[in-house]
Amino acid sequence: MNDKLKILFNGIIAENPTFVLMLGMCPTLGTTGSALNGMSMGLATMAVLICSNVVISLIKNFVPSKVRIPAYIVVIAAFVSVLQLVMEAYVPSLYATLGIFIPLIVVNCIVLGRAEAFASRHGVLDSCLDGIGIGLGFTIALTLLGAVREFLGTGKIFDLTIYPEQFGSLVFVLAPGAFIALGLLIALFSKLRAKSC
Amino acid sequence: MLEYISIIITAIFVNNIVFAQFLGICPFIGVSRKLSSAVGMGAAVTFVMLLATAITWLLQDLVLTPFGLGFMQTIVFILVIAALVQMLEIILKKIAPVLYSALGVFLPLITTNCAVLGVAITVVQKGMNLGESIVYAFATAVGFTMAIAIFAGIREQLAWTSVPKAMRGVPIAMICAGLLAMAFMGFSGIKIG
Repeated sequence: MNDKLKILFNGIIAENPTFVLMLGMCPTLGTTGSALNGMSMGLATMAVLICSNVVISLIKNFVPSKVRIPAYIVVIAAFVSVLQLVMEAYVPSLYATLGIFIPLIVVNCIVLGRAEAFASRHGVLDSCLDGIGIGLGFTIALTLLGAVREFLGTGKIFDLTIYPEQFGSLVFVLAPGAFIALGLLIALFSKLRAKSC
Repeated sequence: MLEYISIIITAIFVNNIVFAQFLGICPFIGVSRKLSSAVGMGAAVTFVMLLATAITWLLQDLVLTPFGLGFMQTIVFILVIAALVQMLEIILKKIAPVLYSALGVFLPLITTNCAVLGVAITVVQKGMNLGESIVYAFATAVGFTMAIAIFAGIREQLAWTSVPKAMRGVPIAMICAGLLAMAFMGFSGIKIG
């Protein structure tokens, strides 16, 4: 039981995809204009990650190792297409906001990275837990970055006004603020990690 | 002619792929420690992006749209790009070993460069014709090369400065990228035609 929990929490702190592994930077920067968008992107990626991890750990013994990467990419692309169709049908406005970053989950290094590094070597349950853990780590990171940018830029978190909008500095919602806020958050995270070790 | 110039200026400066669209960040951060490797990566991306956009555009126009297979776009495009990169590696090794040794290490990395797939999807979404798509892909790649080259120049200098321990490496690089993005915002509002 204990090592199952360890797999789950590994993705959130020790191997946080954004702050430690620094993978999947494009959606991290591109969709975190607000906390809600960041969280939606994180959850969408998590859904694909869990499904692809489970399927890849199921087929790992049948796929010849020479063609494993293309095979994994096809599995991931299939789930991304499913996600695209589902989102387009049920949450069209969110699908429009996240735009090109939804199909680009295919080339998100986190998903393929976990397939190769974890799911191709472990059982179904462990791979599923790893998908949940890494997915949660990614979602938390994106929500946090989105919340910080939304708070500094517009004075709101999840559309809840904390302070009047005219005191915010718009640059944090725009492109430069994404880079700067992420740089500061990574620095903060590594400082905290260094202290706790 | 004017539209093409407008596409080029917009793609390079106003809507720069790295600083405004947030695509291709992984190589932008990962391969920008040295100016020479940054330029190599830029060249490889230009090469692949041009070919990939032309091929995926034709596939979309001749196969996916006429047969109502639009929902297969993501799968088809990523497979085409992956196959293209593999083929390029083999062909370049045979016919242009000099170019291969210059681009070689960067080629496999490009399959997961979201800028390539991003441009291929964007041109279809924007409904560009083949000529516009190729011009757009080329200009975007030039914009990417310029961004990564400028950034590598900054990081070469940055390696010699004393930065607080927690900020070393990626964090300070991110903040520099933010300042660069701010500079690029100065181009927004430029309109031609």
